[in-house]
Amino acid sequence: MNHNRRVLLKGSLAAGAVGAAVGAGLLTPKAVMAAWAKDAFEAKEVNAAMTGSMGSAEASASDKIKLKAPDIAENGAVVPITVTSSIDGTTHMSILVAENNTPLTSTYELGPTTEAYISTRVKMGKTSDVIAVVKAGGKLYSAKKEVKVTIGGCGG
Amino acid sequence: MNKIANVLTTALLVVTPFAAQATPDEDLKEFREYFYKKFPDTPKNDFINGVYSIDPASREQWEAFEEFPSYEIFVDKGEELFNQKFANGKGFADCFPNYKKGIRQNYPYFDTGSDKVVTLEGAINKCLTDNGEKAYKWKTGNITYVSAYLAYMSRGSKFNIKVPNDAKAMAAYNRGRQHFYAKRGQLNMACADCHYHYAGSKIRADILSPALGQPTGFPVYRNKWASASVKGDGMGSLHRRYGGCNKQVRAKPFKPQSDEYKALEYFHTYMSNGLEVNGPSQRK
Amino acid sequence: MAKSIKLRAKTKGDVATVKALISHPMETGLRKDKKSGKPIPAEFIQEIVCESAGKTVLSAQWGSAISKNPFFSFRFSGAKSGDSIKISWVDNKGNSDSLESKIK
Repeated sequence: MNHNRRVLLKGSLAAGAVGAAVGAGLLTPKAVMAAWAKDAFEAKEVNAAMTGSMGSAEASASDKIKLKAPDIAENGAVVPITVTSSIDGTTHMSILVAENNTPLTSTYELGPTTEAYISTRVKMGKTSDVIAVVKAGGKLYSAKKEVKVTIGGCGG
Repeated sequence: MNKIANVLTTALLVVTPFAAQATPDEDLKEFREYFYKKFPDTPKNDFINGVYSIDPASREQWEAFEEFPSYEIFVDKGEELFNQKFANGKGFADCFPNYKKGIRQNYPYFDTGSDKVVTLEGAINKCLTDNGEKAYKWKTGNITYVSAYLAYMSRGSKFNIKVPNDAKAMAAYNRGRQHFYAKRGQLNMACADCHYHYAGSKIRADILSPALGQPTGFPVYRNKWASASVKGDGMGSLHRRYGGCNKQVRAKPFKPQSDEYKALEYFHTYMSNGLEVNGPSQRK
Repeated sequence: MAKSIKLRAKTKGDVATVKALISHPMETGLRKDKKSGKPIPAEFIQEIVCESAGKTVLSAQWGSAISKNPFFSFRFSGAKSGDSIKISWVDNKGNSDSLESKIK
């Protein structure tokens, strides 16, 4: 932690002021997207979630997908996940938590120059495989990692 | 003559390590050496990071959080509150004129005028009430945002708690020291049991953090506090955590900013003298 | 609703790394109020759109399993210091916010 962070804070607040003026709750026409994939997000099975978000449940396991997730999550409500795909032509990515009531957490459509890299934090109800699915050249590939979710001892 | 006196003094200290009259500096030296020896791979300055200074697996997750920590939302809120003028035209900056240079490292201090331990939260609320404003609640909300902002502005400064040569100050320090080492509650456990003797060991799925460096990251954003409740935003003061810890050993918690917790904070923070302010911090 | 987004975007070479932290409850709708027993209504971001220099660089759909006060990060090439970067979100209740800034 260094003193540069103080400067950063001031800068980001200034940006916030600009954002508030520009934002005003309006989205540009370009930003209106396809309707939210309700079926995919409400699907209770991994296959249905995959079909709903990526078009198919058939994916080949690939070691070109790097899925970074903790072995044991400190807190199941905030599990840091990073997915990187080095498969050429990756256009879409999805992150699923197999044992969640509804496995699909999120799905991403990459712009033409956007890297196949997503980092975020997800909720996990219990110990489960985290599955990353990517679409490249119209085909699906996947990788998975088990993340353990435990109950702590100190609570409070 | 001096050499003999030194040898005798040292021998006395060795024979009675918890002699009631040990000075705070003697306590501090022993406290540090205990933890340095217990965790030889932890760089001395890294104890400010609690569990993450002694457990690589959870550290990796914490580092992922530090990429863009949740507490930054609350530092921003604190900054806004700090810069809002009171009805009388004054503001927090009038009470904390040196806040840009860093002030967190001086709290708590003993005010010989009022014979009381003064904590940062206490000073924040005193600023409000002195200026005709309503005081904040002690454990959550606005008090944690303003103290988070002040802590953030003080990052890098080293804790420099003082116990003046004053009987009442020493009494407060010793009261805090006693609380730390005394057993309490149905589970009959002391702060020291978990955070001194068993620091680094597991209690169910948690790893016990070392007491050295513990207060340096407060106020804290706890993932647990954020996710467990609907209204709770995750931020909490040190006394909120003290209350939680007391409850966990089935002891009746003291009130936040009670003399007991202020004394504990006084001793507890003194034991982190020399370590850097790193509040607010994100923890499990 | 304004100012819910904190954004950090900087370039290294021609690759911009964007990090966003959004203040949002991301409530699943599956929890119950402890006192009243009543279910707490779902309130979570469903759509995210990220634009830079007039082009959409990322569009995402989220479910309620994205954590409270969500964080996400992505990268894209062809970026220049000074280019605009805009993040927008819409949630299931129809609330929205956006922030436009410049890439460092």
